[in-house]
Amino acid sequence: MDNVFKEVKEIIRKYAFDKKLVDEATEKSRIIADMKINSARIVDIVLDIEEKYGIDVDDKSIQKIHTLGDAVAVVKEKSGN
Amino acid sequence: MNKRVVVTGLGVIAPGAAGKDAFIHLLKSGCSGIRFFQDLKELEFGCCIGGRPVTEDHAFFPYIGKLGLEPATAIIHYALLAGLEAWTDAGFKIPEPGSDEVDYDTGIMIGSGTGPADIWAARTIPLTDSKNIKRLRSTIVEHSMLNGASATLCGLLGTGNQCTANASACSTGNEAIIGAFERIRCGKAIRMLAGASEATSPYCWSPFDALRVTTREYNDRPEKGSRPMSAGASGFVPSGGAAVLVLEELESAVKRGATVYAELCGGAVNSGGQRRGGSMTAPSSEGVIRCIKEALCDASVSPADIDYISGHLSSTMADPLEIANWVSALDRGGKNFPQVNSTKSLIGHAVGAAGAVETTAAILQMYHGFLHPSINCEDLHPAIADLIDEHCVVRETISNVDIRCAAKASFGFGDVNSCLILKKYRHG
Repeated sequence: MDNVFKEVKEIIRKYAFDKKLVDEATEKSRIIADMKINSARIVDIVLDIEEKYGIDVDDKSIQKIHTLGDAVAVVKEKSGN
Repeated sequence: MNKRVVVTGLGVIAPGAAGKDAFIHLLKSGCSGIRFFQDLKELEFGCCIGGRPVTEDHAFFPYIGKLGLEPATAIIHYALLAGLEAWTDAGFKIPEPGSDEVDYDTGIMIGSGTGPADIWAARTIPLTDSKNIKRLRSTIVEHSMLNGASATLCGLLGTGNQCTANASACSTGNEAIIGAFERIRCGKAIRMLAGASEATSPYCWSPFDALRVTTREYNDRPEKGSRPMSAGASGFVPSGGAAVLVLEELESAVKRGATVYAELCGGAVNSGGQRRGGSMTAPSSEGVIRCIKEALCDASVSPADIDYISGHLSSTMADPLEIANWVSALDRGGKNFPQVNSTKSLIGHAVGAAGAVETTAAILQMYHGFLHPSINCEDLHPAIADLIDEHCVVRETISNVDIRCAAKASFGFGDVNSCLILKKYRHG
C-alpha cells in the first residue's frame, strides 16, 4: 500500500466519529456515505491535505473528491507523484 | 392553569469558583475572585483587573477536549461546563455518544452580552483580512455563533424543545431565566436549561474600557476594585463565566424525587424606553420601579415578603440610584429595607452572565441558609446610608438565616430591566 493512501487515510481518521470505518476503508470507500464523515468536514480534510503536501486544491478538484481513492489521486496529481 | 416552576439543578463557573461547591465556598468566605492581568496592562487598558474563570479546575473540563471544542469561543466552554454540571446536579445523565433519543420536553435558553467576540477577534477578522478565509475551517460557524452554547448542549443532551440564545446586555442572564420560566409555566416545556455565558477576552472588555465605565483606580489592589455601594466605587470590574439552572415543572420534579433548590415564582422584563431620565446607558427609575413591581405582582408576592435583595449593584455611580429605586418600588426604607448584597463585589461584573451567576448565588444562599458579604463597602456611600439602615447591607457572612423570599434584579444598556422572585420551596 502506498504512503499517500495511508497518509490521507490518517487525515480523514481525525474527523471520523467511528474510527473503525476509516481503518477498514479501501480506495473505493466513499468519504461521506461509507466513512460517515460529516460533509462539512471535507473543508478541513482538504485544508489538511494542502498543508501536508504544500499543494493548492482548487474548487474543481474538491468537487471530484468522493472516495478515498479520489483524494489520493488529487494529491498525486497536484504534487506530481 | 399556570404550572409551578422550581429549580432542580445548578451549575456555575465564575472567577475563583469552578463549580457549584467552589462557588458556595467563595460566597461564604467572602474571598475576591478578582486579579490583575498582565495582558491588559500590555494592551494599555485603563482597568487592568478583572475576573477570569479557570476552566481547567472544573469537573467537566475534559468534555471540552472530548468534543473537540478547544478552538471554540469561551462562551461555549463556560456554558458547557455550567450546563453539564447543572444537568447532572438535577439527577440527569449525559447520553452516551451515538444515542438516538430526543427529549422533546427539555429546552435550552443560554444568552450572552458581548457574545463570541473573542473568536471573531482572534480568528474570523484576522484570517478574513489576510485573505485566508478557508483557514477558518469548517467549524468556525458553530464555534463562534451567539447560540453556540445552546446548540452545543442541545447536541450533547439531545434536547428537542426550544433551543435559543438571548441578548439584553447586562440583563441577559435574568432575561433567559425569566423566558425559560415562562415557557414552563405556560406548559410549552417541562424543563429548561437556562442561563448565560460571557467570555473574558480583552476584546470583550476594551469597549467598556473605552467608555471608561470600568475602574482605573485599583490596578494595584485588584481585590478592592469591585466595591458596590461604597463611597469609593469608581466603575465596575469586568469579569465573565457562566451559570446554568435547570428549571423544571414542579410536578415533574416531585415525581422524580429531585432536589428542589427554590421555587421561581415570577418575573418581569421591561425597558424604560430611554425616556424620562433613561438613556442608552442609564436606567430610567420609572422603568426600574415598574419592573420590580410587575415582578412582585407576577409572583403574587407582597413587597413586605421580600427578605433579601440580590442587587444589580455594579460598583458604579448608579448604585445609590438603584437603592433609591428599590426603596420606592417596595415602599420600604430605613430599618425596614430587606437585606441586600452584591455578588459583583466578589466576582466582578460578568456582563451578560451576571444575572445567571448572581441568581445562582441567591438560590444557593437561600437553600443553604446564609448570606454572603458584600465586600469593600465598609465606606458605605452616604446617599445609600440616607436611604436605608446600614445594617441592611450584608458586610459579614450571616449564617443560619432563613431567607423565604428573594428578589434578583439586573439592568443593562438599552435601558433594559429584569427582576425575578424566588421563594424557598415548601411542600404543598
